[in-house]
Amino acid sequence: MDATSHAFTANSRRALSDARLQEALHRLSDGFPARRRDAVARLPEFDQLRSEARAIKDHVLENLDGYLERFAAKVEAAGGHVHWCRDATEARQAVLDICRDAGAQTVTKSKSMVSEEIAINEHLEAHGIEPVETDLGEYIIQLRGEAPSHLIAPAIHLSKDQVAETFKAAHQDFPAERRLDEPRAMLEEARTVLRERFLEADVGITGANMIVAETGTVVVVTNEGNADLTMTLAKVHIAITGIEKVVPTLDDAAILLRLLARSATGQDVTVYTTFATGPRRVGDDDGPDAFHLILLDNGRSALMEAEFRDILRCIRCGACLNHCPVYSAVGGHAYGWVYSGPMGSVLNPGLVGIEEAYHLPNASTFCGACEEVCPVGIPLPKILRHWRERAFDAHLMPAGGRAGIRAWAFLARRPWLYRAVTGAIMAVLGLLGRRRGRFRYLPLASGWTAARDMAAPQGPTFQSQWRQRKRGRL
Amino acid sequence: MSTAREQILSNLRKALGRGPLSPDREAALDARLSDRRDTAIPARGRVEGRPRITAFCDEAARVGTTVARVPSPAAVPGAIATYLATHDLPTAIRLAPDPFLADLPWSEQAALTTSAGPARPTDAVSVTGALAAVAETGTLVLASGPTSPTTLNFLPDTHIAVLRADTIVGAYEATWTVVRTAEGALPRVVNWITGPSRTADIEQTLLIGVHGPHRQHIVLIDDQST
Repeated sequence: MDATSHAFTANSRRALSDARLQEALHRLSDGFPARRRDAVARLPEFDQLRSEARAIKDHVLENLDGYLERFAAKVEAAGGHVHWCRDATEARQAVLDICRDAGAQTVTKSKSMVSEEIAINEHLEAHGIEPVETDLGEYIIQLRGEAPSHLIAPAIHLSKDQVAETFKAAHQDFPAERRLDEPRAMLEEARTVLRERFLEADVGITGANMIVAETGTVVVVTNEGNADLTMTLAKVHIAITGIEKVVPTLDDAAILLRLLARSATGQDVTVYTTFATGPRRVGDDDGPDAFHLILLDNGRSALMEAEFRDILRCIRCGACLNHCPVYSAVGGHAYGWVYSGPMGSVLNPGLVGIEEAYHLPNASTFCGACEEVCPVGIPLPKILRHWRERAFDAHLMPAGGRAGIRAWAFLARRPWLYRAVTGAIMAVLGLLGRRRGRFRYLPLASGWTAARDMAAPQGPTFQSQWRQRKRGRL
Repeated sequence: MSTAREQILSNLRKALGRGPLSPDREAALDARLSDRRDTAIPARGRVEGRPRITAFCDEAARVGTTVARVPSPAAVPGAIATYLATHDLPTAIRLAPDPFLADLPWSEQAALTTSAGPARPTDAVSVTGALAAVAETGTLVLASGPTSPTTLNFLPDTHIAVLRADTIVGAYEATWTVVRTAEGALPRVVNWITGPSRTADIEQTLLIGVHGPHRQHIVLIDDQST
């Protein structure tokens, strides 16, 4: 997809005035955090598992080349093929070649963020192959021509009325006057349509939540069962994943799986957790004849440097989105590319460039909720600060902002001057605002006062009050 | 392809500030891959004996899997006939081509008709075995193979797994041991199944029965059940 991260401010403004979106976002922040809290409360060892998981991922990243080579060798030993792809173009080409070799006309897909990253649907369509998303949420947004707005709940931004409208427009074979008031009716309709698509598909594309070096296995989790039908019914199974998804052993996978669903939806484990290794074996009555694994770099190896490496531990649970005040206010589309929320603000600049994603590291209050709930302890605020430094160094901040920061830095390095200047400003503002207690407009702060009043300071600064109190106590 | 592979690997090494792994480190990675660790198994995965079976049934119930206990394999067809009748479900069942299932006394249940093989689009009810089950989360473990086609777990509207109580383990880690000893290497597919298929993609409304089965049922053969 084309990135619109550069337009984050305009995207956000639109999102904030979209009543239906705001209603949907309220539903999200009412639901996921409470369910996660309950699931964590049911597992006293949760924090211990987090440290284990973090250690596993750090160990893998330090030895990533070695684990990828071991994983690839195991896939090949099981009769599968590994396609190493440096960027989206190579990955798209590899997938298209496999589909063409299979004579594919339709391709079923289960939810995969990496497949969004390489925009595979557009590419297949452009070459006459029809991709069909089978996760219910992904199916809905595919019909609407939209991108997912959440890692695990891609259609979270939509109301059921919008889904009903979408189905009425798309499913012309159904009676026009049918009732589609309730989610149950919509689900049954989608199930009927997609069941046909599963059975006729030539190739099935899935993502991979993890890949296991010990056995050459891809791990795919869903609640719907769509990934399993996708990979079992088609002649060819293609799994697309990023190079950072490898774990050493099945035991390591079990540890991460204990964290994934609890952090994501608050389930103890997803309904379906599937470990697939290579193609159909001798004597098997079903399963794909061929298995291909697309191993994508696409900017990840560049994130291996120390300042950013921690983000490569991410297991895509979505907890940081669900707990983020900024995501909860503007939704996923405002971020303007595949990933959103705190992990998106950290990852997108690495994958599409800080020039495009310059706003995202600033879309944070640094409240720290994301780091607090992250199952693999990614210090998201810290990495956001590193991106801000990069953006500053690259002169991406407008001249006014740069001058402001320079001026502030000049003062901050000279405490006596800082105290004198801020003391003087606060005294003046305190005097001016004494009558009303607030300002409707303030020069240099119109970004704030355009949307809300600024409270007037009391007069003496915090530091001077602090000093006075200390003196009083002594 | 090999150029992409080499470049990705060399980029990683560059970022890590080193060359290819030393022989010592290569050996350490190989050792790590055969390292079996159970240090992270939570207490709820360490329950033994009868309480483990109870824990499994409780967790299964939490996620919407129903469990019927029978004292012996011979009682399985009767329990399945009862389940299907109670829920007003079709009585034609598709069996996994598993000798254990084939040898059960199906002919005693006049209402049932059976056939064996992978699932066909029209099959409404499937009956499979299960390799193991995990008490920790009420999870069934099925492994693909000639006696256990994967489509049976997903295509029919109702999936019934026949599970022996002595195959219930405490934690996920123990299932790997079962999988490895049963097959030598990992089977093509290992499925963990924890409840019936579900979604909350429309307005966060929880709905059961999306692409996988609406009903996930277990007939538990437990010779100590009363």
